[in-house]
Amino acid sequence: MIRTPLQIWGAPIVIGILTTIGLISALLGDGVWDAVSAITLGIPCLLGFWYCVRRAPKQRIGH
Amino acid sequence: MSPVSLRRWGWIHKWSSLVCTIFMLLLCLTGLPLIYHHEIGHLLGTEVEPPVLSSPMPQGNVDAVIASAKELYPTKLPMFISQEADVPEIWNVTLADHMHDHDYKPIAVDARTTKVIEEPAFEGGVFMSTMLALHVDLFMGLPGMLFLGFMALLLLVAIVSGAVLYSPFMRKLDFGTVRKERSSRLKWLDMHNMLGIVTLVWLFVVGGTGMINTWADLMYKYYQRNELASILKQYEGKKPLPHTASVHDAIETARAALPGMRVAFVAFPGTDFSSAHHYGIFMNGNEAFSSRMYRPVLVDANSGELTDAPELPWYLKALLVSQPLHFGDYGGQWMKFLWAVLDIATIIILGTGLYLWLKRGKAGKTSTRIATRAHETPATPALARRAEPS
Repeated sequence: MIRTPLQIWGAPIVIGILTTIGLISALLGDGVWDAVSAITLGIPCLLGFWYCVRRAPKQRIGH
Repeated sequence: MSPVSLRRWGWIHKWSSLVCTIFMLLLCLTGLPLIYHHEIGHLLGTEVEPPVLSSPMPQGNVDAVIASAKELYPTKLPMFISQEADVPEIWNVTLADHMHDHDYKPIAVDARTTKVIEEPAFEGGVFMSTMLALHVDLFMGLPGMLFLGFMALLLLVAIVSGAVLYSPFMRKLDFGTVRKERSSRLKWLDMHNMLGIVTLVWLFVVGGTGMINTWADLMYKYYQRNELASILKQYEGKKPLPHTASVHDAIETARAALPGMRVAFVAFPGTDFSSAHHYGIFMNGNEAFSSRMYRPVLVDANSGELTDAPELPWYLKALLVSQPLHFGDYGGQWMKFLWAVLDIATIIILGTGLYLWLKRGKAGKTSTRIATRAHETPATPALARRAEPS
């Protein structure tokens, strides 16, 4: 099945927005602003790590 | 995307990344200890700790601080004195033979007793100063810096072209798919694409701000010749008078000019951060953002009079904002850790990219063809499509 552009770019765009929030937040303040940065930058890191180590789901033939 | 433009983007991605990869690997490896330079300094004992006093003392006279440091090197001249926001007990004095001396002597002086604490290791010791030099200019000064800036530009091209190539490769895959059970080439290709897209924005920002940082010296020089020169018109053509004004009083003058701000560092006349006639007293705020926004106060080094406290021009402000975004030092320990994780992810992306190029040939052509053909669905028989690895 051919993915639509939204299917291909949906997750990358969300990750990009999270990263941007994370990069800016800690610039604006300390305390809770730093925590927002840690969480929003942490999500892409966790996702990358998870996709690296997880066992690939069984792919259906003709997938 | 047409097969022709796909091939063009592939060419751009291949060559922009191949040229910069080896330097980017060096920058990632040397950048990793630099993220933790404070912690490493504590471990190695190169970080100066303020002595514990039996009774609390107020800040002493800054002129006495400088005099104490000069007693160690009577022939040398002060170039900078600086104070870190979280360690106000210490003045870091740098003494040098001239105002562009790279072989300066750093001396830590107690700001309260005005006595020398110690002469700390130069730029954090051999290991850290080597890491820093390899990361900043490859021991080659401005040319090395600008060269690394150009490599950073190639990295940005590689990131953009990589993002363009991402969608044709992902036409038949779910987000995050890493096909581990087929060939190892396919596994590393998927890993490269997945980590590349996940770290895309971060790497673009760190690469871009790194590139901006390589222009810092040029920006200071430009500032001195333009904005600063026009502020200092009245001094044009005048010979610098002896620097007899008290630095301590100059700092008080600066504090009065910009109340609420603290002194980060004082640049002595003739350095890149002052004029031939002035103490450049750089003040900053103490909040997350304002601590990055330095503002110079120019005090005449002969008369001790305030000349001006100009706002920095936009390009120097941009440089100041770009620095934390490159260093990752503005969000506490978690941010440092994530910077390190993303740095390692970048090393994997660079490594897998290099591997994919080395293992090109038949397999490489196939994967490009798969991506190309995904766009020509009507022309490809359904059965043939199904037989392709996806």
